[in-house]
Amino acid sequence: MAEATHQNPSLRHSWQVQMRVLGALLLRETLTRYGRHNIGFLWLFAEPMIFTLGVTALWTATKSVHGSDLPIVAFALTGYSSVLLWRNMPGRCIGALWGNLALLYHRNIRVLDIYIARVLLEFGGATMSFATLGLLFVTFGILDPPQDVLQVICAWLLIAGFGSSLAILMGALSHESELVDKLWHPASYLMFPLSGAAFMVAALPPAAQDIVYYIPTVHGTEMLREGWFGERARAVYDLSYMIPVIAVLAFLAMVKVRQVASRVVPE
Amino acid sequence: MIELNNIHKVYQTRFGRNHVLKGVSFRLEKGEKLGILGRNGAGKSTLVRLVSGAELPNAGTIDRDMSVSWPLAFGGAFQHMLTGVDNIRFISRIYNQDSERNLAFVEDFAELGPYLKEPVRSYSSGMKARLAFAISMIIEFDCFLIDEIASVGDARFHDKCNFELFEKRADRAMIIISHNAAYIRDHCTRWAVLNEGHLELYDEFEIAYADFKELIGWKPPPGWPFVEPATS
Repeated sequence: MAEATHQNPSLRHSWQVQMRVLGALLLRETLTRYGRHNIGFLWLFAEPMIFTLGVTALWTATKSVHGSDLPIVAFALTGYSSVLLWRNMPGRCIGALWGNLALLYHRNIRVLDIYIARVLLEFGGATMSFATLGLLFVTFGILDPPQDVLQVICAWLLIAGFGSSLAILMGALSHESELVDKLWHPASYLMFPLSGAAFMVAALPPAAQDIVYYIPTVHGTEMLREGWFGERARAVYDLSYMIPVIAVLAFLAMVKVRQVASRVVPE
Repeated sequence: MIELNNIHKVYQTRFGRNHVLKGVSFRLEKGEKLGILGRNGAGKSTLVRLVSGAELPNAGTIDRDMSVSWPLAFGGAFQHMLTGVDNIRFISRIYNQDSERNLAFVEDFAELGPYLKEPVRSYSSGMKARLAFAISMIIEFDCFLIDEIASVGDARFHDKCNFELFEKRADRAMIIISHNAAYIRDHCTRWAVLNEGHLELYDEFEIAYADFKELIGWKPPPGWPFVEPATS
């Protein structure tokens, strides 16, 4: 039988171990969350799809005012999918370590791996949901195909970057303070209308524009909509603001995870 | 070899800092078996977690050039919503091993029958312990950590475990914690007593045990200096 650990592992070997551990954690998470009953792991993206479809239907029925001439279906799909992407990741990372403390007895599993596995799972679910709905809407002629697919992908990845940095930071903070869990729910709920999902910046009064510019997700959503609708979206965003914000969040997250990992006490 | 140098461990608690280990050092060579005696709360399990690498010391260093197991028969690493089979597959993936061969081994060893395909939360505590022990035997480590294992299952299963561990893996290093003094006497080559954060090492079991008995029985607890020892 194989040796359990190696001395002075090469970079390539470490990478293989890392991928193996993440793969095993992902499978474990998927099985634990969705089980093998009814549609099983398809819930991974069926759930966000139902959310997005519901919101799309609601907004269409109430003819929501969003301050642009974009079709409501398109507006809801791009907006709500983005919200699900960055909002579900922290939700899944908060308290994640408490439920998985015993895994730390396996020396190849690190605190960060537990968070990364959860972030990846959320990213997969939200992405599949967005792509499937987008494809369906385009196929049935409800929606025009995106004008610049690459820009849509980049914006999507930026939002995911923001979501995962925030998620890992919140997850690590929540291991040492219950306040994070308590405050995250109202905060994420209140952030939803402000996140850029429900308006276009250009349609807001200038005073409001100055304020919403400080919200990182606004930039991501605007960029995504420009990618999908082109000039029509009249998008306003600033990558020189969003990217540094993500970098700072990611840095803080890594520092906090290191600190938690050095203090963690397995059961 | 595993070498601990001047290990300190402090826990922050509601009643202040709890200095559990105050400069513990020892060296364990390949094949050596160290039995640790200590009162409840002396820090034995903390020491095992530090050696396993699951937890880090506040000060001091731990050097290992042997692979070290998780605490044997430790069932906490199971995901209780998943089946025994899922849990075996997970461990096999983490350690890059052949799942099917491991499944066959656990099936044969743990004698759980069809329950292996049921969620672990439906197991009795004896079944969980049997599964945990069998899974611990899947991965070959140079050093096994054993934290109170003496009571896994019935007498026959107990014998099976002892054979698997002490006969088939007689060449491995082990660190054994138990309140069962005879178990530690019979299976170890070196002994230690952990008390008030300090680890005293012994080459003779009888001397270690005499010191330990003094600790648990003959010394009056602090704050009660004039209490007579109980006589039976």
